[in-house]
This record gives sequence, structure tokens and C-alpha cells, in this order.
Amino acid sequence: MSDNAPVISAKNVWKLFGAEPEKYLANMPEGHGFDDIRADGYIAGVKDVSIDVNRGEMLVIMGLSGSGKSTLVRCFSRLHEITGGTIEIDGQDIMALSDKDLIDLRRSKMGMVFQSFGLLPHRTVLENVAFPLEMRGQDGHSRRERALEVIKLVGLEGREEYFPRELSGGQQQRVGIARSLAIEPDIWFLDEPFSALDPLIRREMQDEFLRLQDMLGKTIVFITHDFDEALRLADRIAIMKDGAVEQCDTPDQIVLNPATEYVRKFTEEIDKARVVTAGALADASITAKGATVPAQATIKELAASLVADKRAEIPVAAVDGTVVGGMKRQAALAVLLGDAA
Amino acid sequence: MNSFRSYFENPRNIPRVFWVLFGLAVLLTILRPVLPAGLVRIPEALLAPWRDWIDVAFNFIRGDMESGRFGLIYITRALTGVLEFVLNAVANVLYGKRRWPNIEQIPWSVLGIGITVMAYYLGGWRLALLSAITFLWTALVGQWKLAMETMNVILVAAPMGFIIGGLLGIWSWKSKRVEETIKPLLLVMQVLPFFSYLLPAVIFFKVGPTAATVATIAYSLPPMILMTTIGLKKVSPEVVEAGKMAGCTRWQMLRYVYLPSARTEILVGLNQVIMLCLAMVVLTAAIGMPGLGAKLLAMMGSFKLGRSFEIGVTIVLLAVTLDRMSKAWVTKQPEHFEKGTPWWKRHFYFLLAVGAMLVTYALAQLFGSMKPVELTLWPISEFNLPQYMAGVVDEVHRNESLSQSKPIDKAMRSFLSWDGVTAVTTSIRYFVNVYILVPTEKALLYIPTSAFILGVTAICYRLGGYIPGLLAFIFFCIVAQFGYWDRAMLTLHSVFTATAIAFIIGSPMAIIAARKEKWANRMIVVCDTLQTFPSYVYLLPAVMLFGISPVTVIISILIYTMVPVIRYTIEGLRGVPPELTEAADMSGATRWQKLFKVQLPLAMPTIAVGLNQALVFAFFMVIIAEFIGTRDLGQEMRKTLAGTHLGWNFVLGFSVVFMALTFDTAINAWAEKRRKLLGLS
Ligand SMILES: Nc1ncnc2c1ncn2[C@@H]1O[C@H](COP(=O)(O)OP(=O)(O)OP(=O)(O)O)[C@@H](O)[C@H]1O
Ligand SMILES: [Mg+2]
Repeated sequence: MSDNAPVISAKNVWKLFGAEPEKYLANMPEGHGFDDIRADGYIAGVKDVSIDVNRGEMLVIMGLSGSGKSTLVRCFSRLHEITGGTIEIDGQDIMALSDKDLIDLRRSKMGMVFQSFGLLPHRTVLENVAFPLEMRGQDGHSRRERALEVIKLVGLEGREEYFPRELSGGQQQRVGIARSLAIEPDIWFLDEPFSALDPLIRREMQDEFLRLQDMLGKTIVFITHDFDEALRLADRIAIMKDGAVEQCDTPDQIVLNPATEYVRKFTEEIDKARVVTAGALADASITAKGATVPAQATIKELAASLVADKRAEIPVAAVDGTVVGGMKRQAALAVLLGDAA
Repeated sequence: MNSFRSYFENPRNIPRVFWVLFGLAVLLTILRPVLPAGLVRIPEALLAPWRDWIDVAFNFIRGDMESGRFGLIYITRALTGVLEFVLNAVANVLYGKRRWPNIEQIPWSVLGIGITVMAYYLGGWRLALLSAITFLWTALVGQWKLAMETMNVILVAAPMGFIIGGLLGIWSWKSKRVEETIKPLLLVMQVLPFFSYLLPAVIFFKVGPTAATVATIAYSLPPMILMTTIGLKKVSPEVVEAGKMAGCTRWQMLRYVYLPSARTEILVGLNQVIMLCLAMVVLTAAIGMPGLGAKLLAMMGSFKLGRSFEIGVTIVLLAVTLDRMSKAWVTKQPEHFEKGTPWWKRHFYFLLAVGAMLVTYALAQLFGSMKPVELTLWPISEFNLPQYMAGVVDEVHRNESLSQSKPIDKAMRSFLSWDGVTAVTTSIRYFVNVYILVPTEKALLYIPTSAFILGVTAICYRLGGYIPGLLAFIFFCIVAQFGYWDRAMLTLHSVFTATAIAFIIGSPMAIIAARKEKWANRMIVVCDTLQTFPSYVYLLPAVMLFGISPVTVIISILIYTMVPVIRYTIEGLRGVPPELTEAADMSGATRWQKLFKVQLPLAMPTIAVGLNQALVFAFFMVIIAEFIGTRDLGQEMRKTLAGTHLGWNFVLGFSVVFMALTFDTAINAWAEKRRKLLGLS
């Protein structure tokens, strides 16, 4: 297995809900849309999704409520048996796994944070967090040690002995996060993990998250409704509608080149200057001279210099100092003023 | 066939079919004098020998120890040995029966204080007080041994009922097929007369505590199975998924995720098991099981009112304590301890209980050996409480009990023979007997079998539709075939008259109570408490007031069925959406108009469920009332206990089952339909 092979590779994945989904999918006419399927009494939770997630990548999934985000992630972890297509984790077809192998995979590699937490009501915070360790037979002492470590990480020190119903929503959510981290998973699924947190802790958790990501290089699939969060965290964003992935690309590409009308509408409200970087606007065929701007800087960050700098074309330099191309000032200003694309 | 069925299911045809069937029934009744005898009652010659068939099948399964033919009895007799051993061991600890482990009995005070501390832990001082009163009462009126004989069976039966019911519940949750099979069985079990539990238990498990235990276990199973299945089904899917993602194996899933998450329902099931065990164990007096039930039966039989009353109080106290304690356990949520709480603090109540028990035990040893203590217990002025308590802390001997059965007896008798009271009771007895019971009974017995079957079919069809109608027809044909038609009619007669009177008295009470939230709540609490009493004790007030007579039977059923009637009527009325009553107020309805035009119609589905429960209760009680002396199925069933004719017993038992199920199905179907129609479900 080479290092740049995708960790998760989904090909033409379908998940239909209904009476006899397999049979229905096999006989379904070509080009049947979401509404046609619904008219036949089935719900397309996931509709013909092909997506690869690379090692160490953070893929953010966005979409309206009911667009199938949670369902897709459940397919990745085989909490749902998919109706059609294949899903490979580290090159292994997970639908072909035996019960035992699946259990091993989950015990050693996967962590998941649930939208409504899924805490065990009869266990304390400590016992909840240690639960996955207990299930794989780790001894009591090391289990406790590790659990305390992650509880500290999510800032719940001193609450180890509480029961879930004695905690606020945000605290419960953090227990869920801690539990998913306890086994140090390689692949981490997070279903709106910060939705119940207040803005301050949310920001803290995001930072913590990025740090972890830098340090441990986990592969992460992250669901959120919050665009700012997506922009802060994402390597790529997948936008879903009616079970299908409309577009899956880097944030600036999604903003600059929406693949469909739906994606354009979806991203309409965002301040593009905060997403688009100088690098994204740089054109290698343009050779401008003079002071460079850094490629990874967003247009927003460059706003002041853009207004002052009167050159029509501004050279853009990568982190190592080499010039990657020139950026048209006019285009940059257009992004800044919000009428680009 | 399909068009046949759809004809009957078409709402337009329902009234027509109903009137045709019902009219036919009326016609047959009118024409009875000229009807051929075969239509009036099924002639003996046409009755299939069900009893013998069942006996043959049953004997085959049972096997025979004398001739050495292998069968079920070999297995059950082996189990009997084990069960007997366990029962004896517990009996040794509880009341000093001379069996292994041959330790002395636990002094009543030691057991009492341990359980009272537990009650305090579960439900605070109120529960502790209740528990203390129960123990003091039971011991000091000298019924400790009786109560322990009864508890002996409960202590063995309840855990086993809990475990077996739980396992069956898990199984029926796992497998759709099992669930489908178990469901109708549970329905039958819930209306099967307890005599039909007792006889097989006696045949397979020897007369006495063993048979009593087995019958009690079987009787307590249905709600445990149902509650376990419900609880497991209700576990939130995300919790299950969290378990899967933690890599649980199937066993771990069940053990660590499902069962703990279904805790509430499972414990509610346990509460039901305990209460049903208590209800049943007092009834096992019928198969010679000693204890409170047998004593109450004997005392009531010889009209010793004082003793009966005291035993009744003991049974009620035990019931309420057991119920409240197990319910408190259901609602008791775990509380966390702050970090660094010392070990003894975490186990404070446990240690307290153990400590208190040890101290009491030491006291018992100390003072117990100083016996006999000369005590003059009465009158109270010479009463020396500490001295007395010290004297009886180990054991309350016969001459030391505070039982006041003689004075109570005397007081009751003089009260009952007081002219005012006798005037009332005799006139009630006379009125009920002459104007209600006798004429209705005559009428019911007059109706030809054929007419009755048609009439019941018509009514059930009208109420519930095609399926209930069809079932009514089949079920009553079977009852007729079983050949105890007149007895079945007498049973039905008691059930119907008692339930009807319960409605006439109960509904107005409920309607008045439902007008104020406070009254309604109180009434519900009273109903809940009354419902925990073993049905057996309801005989007591009826016997006291009316002696041994047919009216007593009706009165005892009536008191018992009044509880669900009141309860469900209140709940139905309270469940009426407030917008609707407000709308009625706004359109200027008077209180009566509001009640009859808005509240009652909307409450009707719930009241119907209450009616259904009342009928089920009545079918249960009417069999118990056999102890007073009836002429119906129950009386005949009692006779079967003397032998081993399971066929005879089952034919009688299932006559009751089929009648009860007929009304159960029809009323439930009606309530369901009605609820949908009103948009209430
Ligand atoms: N177990 C199920 N059975 C039937 N339909 C389901 C099931 N799970 C999900 N669905 C349907 O699939 C669709 C997608 O649901 P999903 O939970 O994936 O949405 P989502 O994008 O996560 O929404 P949200 O943002 O509200 O969490 C919905 O229409 C939902 O009703
Ligand atoms: Mg979701």
C-alpha cells in the first residue's frame, strides 16, 4: 500500500431506504432522479457518490439538512450496509469484511463522533470515554490513564464522575469527542462535532483540532453546517444535495468555480475575499515585476496593499520565495468587492 | 373468499349485517319454546370429547413414571428436586425450617432493619417508614412465620421469573418469528384462570411450595417478556451505533449497550413480576401452599373476621412496600460522587445496613437468650415498651404477639349486627339479588346457545369489524363445544353484572374527580395503590359485609373492577385536548353539554380500554370468588385440582380464555378505530 493511495475510496456508492432496496436499485431505469425514487417509495440517502479521501486529508461535507451527509459517513464506517457500489478503506473492500474483521477495524482504526452524541446513559464520563478501550479488552489501569488524558484534552477535567444527564449539551458533545479519540483512530468521522459548543470553546476546539491534525496527520471526514468552520479546517469540501455530491474540491475552487448552479447559490453568501488566496488568482503566463505577495495569503489579508498598490499585475510568490505567476489587480479587487465569478 | 371478506369489511354493509345477525338472535330467543332442542343447547351426543383428547395428548407428553414411559415428567421431577432444595435453603434462613444450611432463622428485626435502610436509600424517610411499619406490624401481630412462608416462594419465584422473562424478552426482540409466536401466547396467558396454572404445576412439580413456585413463575412471565422487548426496541439508534463503532461484539453489545440502556423498562418489568408473584402466591392456597393466603382463606371460611382483617392488612402492607420499593428503584438514577470520595462514603448505605443488622443481631442474641420474659401486654398502662421490644427482638412468640383479633372481631361483629348496618346490608343484598342478579341470570340462561353465539358475533362485528366478529363466532362455538355452556353463562353473568355496576358507580365518581386536577391526581394515586393489592384481599370486605352469598361474589368483583374503570375514565377525560374544551366554552356550552358533546366522546377510546381491563380483571376475580362458593366454571375448576385430569381443567380454563379474548379483541379494535377516527393516536 503506497502512501499516496487514498485511505477511503468510494465508488458509485448508493444507499436507498425502503422495502427492497437492492432489488429496486438493480431494476431502476437509467437517470432516475431523487424525486422519481421517492415517488417509488424509496429514499435515496446516498446517490451514486464517488469520492476519495487521502491520507492526512480533512474532507468537510456540507449540505442542507437531509441531504445525506450523515448517511454517507455511516456508509464509510459500515454502520449502514450500502445498497450499491464499493467502499475501500486502505484498499480493503469493507463490505467484504467478516464480522470479526469489521470489529477489529473499528477497534483499531476508526473513531466517530455522533450528531446527537450517542452517550451511554448509565456510564460516567470516564466510563464512557474508556468504553472503546474496555471493549477491546485493555486492562483497567491503562484504560483509565488514557481516558483521563483525552478528557483533559477536551477540557472536562473534574467531571470524570458525572453521568451524561448531569452535563450540558456542549459538555456531552465533548465526551463524545473524547471517546472517539481514546483509541487514537487513524480515520476519524465527525458528524457536526461542534454544533452544541459555544463560539469560544468551538474556536478552541477547532484550534486543538488543527494542532492534532498537524501533529498526528489523521484522515478526517467532518460534517458541518458552518461555512466558516469548513473554511478554517478543510483541505477539500464536498457539497451534497439530495444524496449526491454536487462538487468536491478545494475551498477556493468551490467559491471561484462552482460546478453547478446549486453550489453557486450555496456559496453565494460567503465573503469570497476570505477564501480566495493570491495563489488561486495567480496566472503563470503573467510575468510581473517588483514586490511579491505570498501565494497562501487570502485577498482579504491583502486588502490594504491591494488598494495602495497601483500596479495592474502583481507577482505572487510561493512559500519558498519562487514566483509562481502574476495576479491581475482588477480581478483581486473584484473578489474583494464581492462581484467576482 | 376475498370478495366475501371485503363485503363484510365495507363500512356501508356493517349496520345491515349487524341487524340481520342480531335480529336472528332475537328471533331465535323468542322462538325458543318451539325451537328444536339442538338449537337451544348443543346435545351431549354432538359434543366432541375434548377432555379425553387433551388428556391423551397430555399423558403422552407427560410420560409415566410408574410404567417407566419416558416423558416431560422425568425432567420436571428432576427439576423439582433442585427447586425444593433452593426453597428449603431459603426457608431455613427465613423461618428456620430444618434443612440445609441449618443455620438459625434471621431474626425479624435484623431483616427488617436491613430492608428499612435499603428503603431509606431508595426512597427517603417515607419509604423507610412504610417498610418499618410493615415489618413491625407483621412481626408484632404474630404473622412473621406466615409472611415468611409466603416470601419464601416470592424470593425464589421473582428472580427466576425475572431471568426467564428477561431471556424470553431478549429472544423475542432478536427474532421476529419468536415475537409473532409469543404474542398470542402472552394474550392467552394473561386471561388464563389461575387454576389452569396450578394443576399442571401440581402434576409436574409435586404439591406444595414447589408447584406454587412454578405456577407463580409462569404467571409472572408475560409482563416481563413484554417490557424487556419494548425496552430493547427503544434503545436510541445512535447509542447502538456508538457501541458498534467501539467495536463491540454481539455479546458485548447486549451486555454493555442494550441491557443497561433498557434499564427502566426492565426494572418496570421486575416490579410487575414481583407484584404478580405476590398476587399469585396467595392464591396457591388452593393447592395447599401454606402462608398468608392459606391462613386468610381458612379464617375467612370460618368467618373469623378479626384474624382475617389482620392478615389482610399484612398482605396489603407487604404489597404496597414491595411495589413502592421496586418502583423507587426504577426511578433511582445513579448520582456521581465527587472525585476523591472515600470508600466508605461511596458505600455508605450498604455499610449502614450491614452495621445496623449486626447490631440488631447482637441485641437479638443477647435478649433472645434471656427468655422467657414475663410480660403483661395489655392494658397499655402496664405496658413497658423497651422491655417488650427487648423481649421480642429475636422472635415474637405466640403469647407475645400484640394481635387484637378478638377485640377486632367483636367490634366488627357488633358493628355488622348493628341494626342500621344490617338494615343497609340486607336491603342491598335483597335488592341486588332479587332485582338484578336473579332476573338477569334467568334471562341469560334462557337464551338459546345458537342465539347467543349469533348475538355476540353481531355485537363484536359491529364494534370491531370483520376479524373480531369472526373470532367471536369461532370462540363462542368452541366454548359451546366444550360442553360447559350453562356454567360459562353463569361466569359471564357475574362478569357482566359486576362490570356494569362498576361503571354505573365508578364513572360518575371519575367524572367528578376529573373536574379538578388535584382530585384527579389523588384519585389516580388511590387507584394505583389499590391496584397493587393482590386481588384476593378484595374478597375480604365483601365477605365481611355480605357474608357468604351470590351478592358477595358480585360485590368483590365490583370493587376490584372499579379501579380500572375510575382510572381510565379520569385519564380519558384529562386527555381531552384543552383547545377543544375551550372551544366548547366559547360556543356557550353548559357544563353538561360540554361533558356529553365534547369530553365524553373524545374520552371514549380510553374509557373503552378501561372497560377492557375491567372485564379482564372481572374474569380473573370471578374465578377467585369461587372461594366464596359459586356455581360457575371456577367452582368446577376447583374440583379438577384434586385429580390429574388436565383435559377437564383446560376445557374449563379455555372456556374462560376464549370468552375473555372475544371481548378483548372486539373492544380493543373498537378503541383503535375510534382513536384513528378522532385523530387521537
Ligand atoms: N434509517 C433510515 N431510514 C430511512 N430513511 C433514512 C434513514 N436514515 C436517514 N434517512 C433519510 O435519509 C436522508 C438523509 O438523512 P441524513 O441523516 O443523512 O441527513 P443529514 O444530511 O445528515 O441531515 P442533518 O444535517 O439534518 O443531519 C433523509 O431524508 C432521511 O430521512
Ligand atoms: Mg446528519
